[in-house]
Amino acid sequence: MNQTDTTLHGPDEAGPGWCLRLYVAGQSPRSLRAFENLKALCETHLAGHYDIEIVDLLENPRLARGDQIVAVPTLVRKLPEPVRKIIGDLSNTERVLVGLDLRPRR
Amino acid sequence: MQTEFPNETGQTGIAKCRTGIRGLDEITGGGLPRGRPTLIGGAAGCGKTLLAMEFVVRGAREFDEPGVFMAFEESEEELIANVESLGFALDALVEQNRILLDGVRIERGEIEETGEYDLEGLFVRLGSAIAEIGAKRVALDGVDALFAALPSEAIVRAELRRLFRWLKDQGVTAVITGEQGEKTLTRHGLEEYVSDCVIFLDHRMTNQVATRRLRIVKYRGSRHGTNEYPTLIDQEGFSVLPISSVSLSHRVSREYVSTGIPRLDTMLGGGGYFKGSSVLLSGTSGAGKSSIATAFADGVCRRGERCLFWSSEESPDQILRNMASIGFDLQPYIDRGLLVCHAVRPTLYGLENHLVSLHRLVESIRPAAVILDPITNFAAVGDTAEVKTMLTRIIDFLKGAGITGLFTSLTQGSEPFHSERTDEGVSSLIDTWLMLQMVQSAGERNRLLYVLKSRGMAHSNQVRELVLDNEGIHLSDVYTGTGEVLTGAARIAQETRDQANNVAARKAHVREQRALQLKRRDLMARIQSLEAQLVAIDEDAAFATAEEAQRVVNAAHDEAAMFHARGAD
Repeated sequence: MNQTDTTLHGPDEAGPGWCLRLYVAGQSPRSLRAFENLKALCETHLAGHYDIEIVDLLENPRLARGDQIVAVPTLVRKLPEPVRKIIGDLSNTERVLVGLDLRPRR
Repeated sequence: MQTEFPNETGQTGIAKCRTGIRGLDEITGGGLPRGRPTLIGGAAGCGKTLLAMEFVVRGAREFDEPGVFMAFEESEEELIANVESLGFALDALVEQNRILLDGVRIERGEIEETGEYDLEGLFVRLGSAIAEIGAKRVALDGVDALFAALPSEAIVRAELRRLFRWLKDQGVTAVITGEQGEKTLTRHGLEEYVSDCVIFLDHRMTNQVATRRLRIVKYRGSRHGTNEYPTLIDQEGFSVLPISSVSLSHRVSREYVSTGIPRLDTMLGGGGYFKGSSVLLSGTSGAGKSSIATAFADGVCRRGERCLFWSSEESPDQILRNMASIGFDLQPYIDRGLLVCHAVRPTLYGLENHLVSLHRLVESIRPAAVILDPITNFAAVGDTAEVKTMLTRIIDFLKGAGITGLFTSLTQGSEPFHSERTDEGVSSLIDTWLMLQMVQSAGERNRLLYVLKSRGMAHSNQVRELVLDNEGIHLSDVYTGTGEVLTGAARIAQETRDQANNVAARKAHVREQRALQLKRRDLMARIQSLEAQLVAIDEDAAFATAEEAQRVVNAAHDEAAMFHARGAD
């Protein structure tokens, strides 16, 4: 699992730009599972409009402090604003969609 | 008073990490368990965060042990601002990389839980902070906020358990704070995971005065004080009392210090009070307690020694004015720094504050004598037991430091035997106890002084009258002539009366002598006249005898002449 393209889609480009960042700690099965889940979900719902950045805290431990990360995996929706945080391995797709505001909250 | 803990450290086999917090190292026998986590529990506002912060700050500043402070309820900026008033200079320590602050902020509203997770992020975060500054101390302030922030209690529980174990593996001395629960020490039962040392802080209101306390609930593998200890937070941070341990091991002095009143020195066996002893002056209102205390202060300063006058009733100006009226000019001593007057209302702070500020004053002034005038007012702050505890500590502290302590106590009522006890219940701790009493007679109130007890001295058992005038304090004998004690004008009147009686008696005696003399002379005269009569009688008798003899001779002669004339026979 490598860090993917970190180029952001500007807001002036076609479609809403989705900037997502996934924080993990090492390549644990849970980390990998979260990444797979995220990718599948984005392909289904945000095809072409998203950008995923993976941050391995073991490599960049200081980012945990800077970005206020406690639990891993944590998915942060940096754009569109407001910032949202979703924790867990993203296996509950329904909850992820709610968390990303792709589904209305109950 | 039991002797609870000797001042030894590190005899228990457990390595200790000194906190540098006044008093805490004493009651823990050297500090917190090194390399292990310690839990601090307590209700909101009891000083948990401050204790944790002071532990980290003192570590960095005094013991060259950098520290990480991870706060779950406050941001870095808030932490710095909160302790700014305490002079910790936290921002400077952070700049020098001796302390690293990390405010963990998790808003539950922002977080959606979507499956399995753990708190490895927190571990990474803490681990990198520890590595960054080479931390030896870690504080986790308010970890129970995690329970509120994260939906799954089970995960938080498991992860905290893992965290505390991990902290041990890191070899850091950690302090974890947790909010008090209803029935448990901490709301989420953190004490289950931290089993090495648990400290509990308490903050309660007594008579509208806030009192803080600290208790060591457990300390595995180490002896520790088990009481609740009064604590104090002031501009220098946390203090746990006793600052010095309570024991009876102080050395006693055979030296005397003058009471400032020569005749009182005499009453106390010649020299005055014992140096380093505790003296109690008790008496009713206006009986002269403050005056005797002032005389003592004056005496101390006159010898060039320092004296701390702690007044809880009068302002320094008022003391000076009042004492000037009985001939004590204390201003020069104040100017020379020999006399320090500290006036404070007891109700202004809790007892602990008073105790600590007394400690501080004593440490900075280093006086030979401390006067507390009066101790009675402390009763307004705490209940009798608390006041007694505090006074015990003061007395103990002063004795330990070889400082003579003089305390005044106001007694209610004028019944002599009623007043021979103190409301503060400290009489048993006192070495020398002077009673002052007002007696009312013949429309006057006068002052009596006597020594109720004085340990180790052959003191006088006599009652003296205390006379205050503009030249100072005098003790005069009381009048006991007719079996009753007379004082003041009555004493003077009685003395005058006595004198008159005396003169009259002497006159009467002289008169009597003279009368007897006359009688004697009269008698002598009569004896002489009788003797003269006797002589006359004797002479008459002798004359009669001679006459008779002559008559007999004459008669015989006449008879012979007759015979011859008759010519008979």
